[in-house]
Amino acid sequence: MKFENYMTIDFPSKSSNEAFARSAVACFASQMDPTLEELGDIRTAVSEAVTNCIVHAYPDALGTITLRCRILKDNTLDIIIKDRGVGISDLEQARKPMFTTGGSDRSGMGFTIMESFMTSFSVQSVAGKGTTVHMRRKLLRRK
Amino acid sequence: MHLTSYLQEGTLTIALTGEIDHHCAKEYVKTITSKIEAYAPGICVLDFQDVSFMDSSGIAVVINAYRTMAKCGGTLYVSGLKAQPMRVFRASGIDKLINIKEAVNEI
Repeated sequence: MKFENYMTIDFPSKSSNEAFARSAVACFASQMDPTLEELGDIRTAVSEAVTNCIVHAYPDALGTITLRCRILKDNTLDIIIKDRGVGISDLEQARKPMFTTGGSDRSGMGFTIMESFMTSFSVQSVAGKGTTVHMRRKLLRRK
Repeated sequence: MHLTSYLQEGTLTIALTGEIDHHCAKEYVKTITSKIEAYAPGICVLDFQDVSFMDSSGIAVVINAYRTMAKCGGTLYVSGLKAQPMRVFRASGIDKLINIKEAVNEI
């Protein structure tokens, strides 16, 4: 086994689930003894990824978001957030800071924040099939 | 979403509370815009003292307030940022655009 623990949750793309998703991951990660800053970064990145699914992947109807977390042996939290929505046709453009196809209540900073708050970050998307965000955060072991 | 606001000597202070995410951002943008437009203050302070969490939706709320204040010819300040919201401010770069103060009484 390459992992210490894992969990998977499926939930509908309702905006009330943004708070649920980031809290669920924070609860799961708490067994890794994270610092407040690490926990804050993880909650923020999860909030961004889940919001993207709700706003962009399923713009007109509810769809399912799958959230999978694993704790790897080197005290790394591995997170996958997956949707089967519309997909992103131009990933390079989507990842640019300040770029958004959303309204004035969106800042276009989601991908930038995920990238800067996590140790590694990648996104795969197929138009019409969906998007998968894969990110990891290595936590410092406290003595 | 819950906020309180008061106007004193041309300064409109708006205190935000709780967690700011996409779920409540639209309502915040709408309410803050209408308050600024109603009072057209010279100074508007967004007080983040009681904001325990925000993601990039909070950035959109601040940028919208900044633009609305600029249209009225006023200045926007943000005060009382806790560590987590401050990290989001820094990662997005808007800490270079917006006047940030530690506390409301510094303005």
